[in-house]
Amino acid sequence: MNGGAFNTNTLRKLASYGPAIILATLLLVLWESYVRLARVSPFILPAPTAMLQALVTNWDLLYEHTLQTLVETLIGLAISVVLGLLIAVLLDLSPWVRRALYPLLLTSQTIPMVALAPLLLVWFGYGLLPKVLLVILYCFFPIAVACADGLLSAEPELIKVLRSMHASRWQILWLVRLPGALPAFFSGLRIAVTYSVTGAIVGEYVGAEKGLGLYMETSANSFAMANVLAAVLITVVLTILLFGLVALCERLALPWYFTQARTRR
Amino acid sequence: MPSPKLQLKGVTHGYRAGRQSVEALAGIDLTVDVGEFVTIIGPSGCGKSTLFNIIAGVEEPTGGTILLDGEVNGERAGKTGYMPQQPLLLPWRTVEENVMLGLDIRRVPRKLAREQARELLKRFGLSEFADHYPASLSGGMSQRVALLRTVLFHPSFLLLDEPFGALDALTRLSLQMWLQELWQSLQASILFITHDVREAILLSDRIYVFSARPARVLRVVEVVLPRPRRPEQLATPAAASLEQELISLLLKEQTV
Repeated sequence: MNGGAFNTNTLRKLASYGPAIILATLLLVLWESYVRLARVSPFILPAPTAMLQALVTNWDLLYEHTLQTLVETLIGLAISVVLGLLIAVLLDLSPWVRRALYPLLLTSQTIPMVALAPLLLVWFGYGLLPKVLLVILYCFFPIAVACADGLLSAEPELIKVLRSMHASRWQILWLVRLPGALPAFFSGLRIAVTYSVTGAIVGEYVGAEKGLGLYMETSANSFAMANVLAAVLITVVLTILLFGLVALCERLALPWYFTQARTRR
Repeated sequence: MPSPKLQLKGVTHGYRAGRQSVEALAGIDLTVDVGEFVTIIGPSGCGKSTLFNIIAGVEEPTGGTILLDGEVNGERAGKTGYMPQQPLLLPWRTVEENVMLGLDIRRVPRKLAREQARELLKRFGLSEFADHYPASLSGGMSQRVALLRTVLFHPSFLLLDEPFGALDALTRLSLQMWLQELWQSLQASILFITHDVREAILLSDRIYVFSARPARVLRVVEVVLPRPRRPEQLATPAAASLEQELISLLLKEQTV
């Protein structure tokens, strides 16, 4: 019976994507017909079919570049998660630390990454490091802020119960506040993931040996617009897949959170 | 005669709110003997909860003496089972794991803690809920689980701060009977806070009536109804006249 309920739920969930799929298809059809009917030059705007054609033709090359971008993104994301959590705990340590650290973190987010990327290239070369750093700069902030808020959300009365049990500060953090902050952490991670691939691509665009960003840049320079769009399509799909992966992890890590949400509804 | 479980002598507490200093407790004398059920009753906001924080070791008094297990003004955190009005169960832990919380803090090995939690749940009729998450429990059931969490951490002295205040009348009555059974079976000492005069009479050996803020002890009443108590006993003349007496005392203290 439980399995049946799950299946209906999955179907209902898939059905809920229906409008999005219909709208996207409609826009693609519009785009395709506009390009064909108005005879737009492929150097200016290639049709969606041309984009797919480019994707298939250049797949071997694109695959190599995609792999490079994916590696940079994943390393950057992994470090962002650790860094974000660490910063959240640090912010939480004392109001003094919070006051000192927070403005600095905020400032890091006001830097235009496009301007920073060439500098990172000069400092750290054409390798992996500057791309990973850019991904981190894009991603750590939403994770850190969401986590810090999540840590603050613990019920004060509950903390009092734990203190009456003579729990240490770290026990309170580990047993109550961190697990309670996990839903917020995943919200932050979902936002971070949507920026992550872009971060790697910005890094590659200004200078790299490999990667989707480099591919876009060289293709654009030779006016191979269909190739640029093919790489963009991969970026989109990659981001959506990562987003889905995070949502899946969230479901697996927080079964209690979703049962609770269902009961409340 | 053994020394009392808890003895307060002239305990005071004050704090500063902006420029004003607020006095919450004005010299509280109170005793809980071993195995006794003692209740504090008083108008809302009179400082009862502050007193509980002090006894539980979460706050320090500004004056007076506290003897817990005969120890004068010693470390109190970890030596009582404190339970607030809300169950505050951890939603990511099952019922059994929630009950284990105190043992986790004491760093009792997991397997042993799980065994003890399971046994306690069985003893007090909750074993079928052991693997449920709190989200699926009713208010009364959550409160039972919270009480067992408190009991497993410290079975001999429980501080219960209006544990049934948020429940409907019938659930409340069944939990009162359940608590009485638990108290007798564990031979625990209990200090209990409530607004409910009937609840106080039904459960207590002794009732302390507190004044409005700053709290003083207005009166101490021994409840001499036979044990085990049953709800019907509230209708006896002795209980009814005690109820009237306490209500008129409390009404005089109610400022609004």
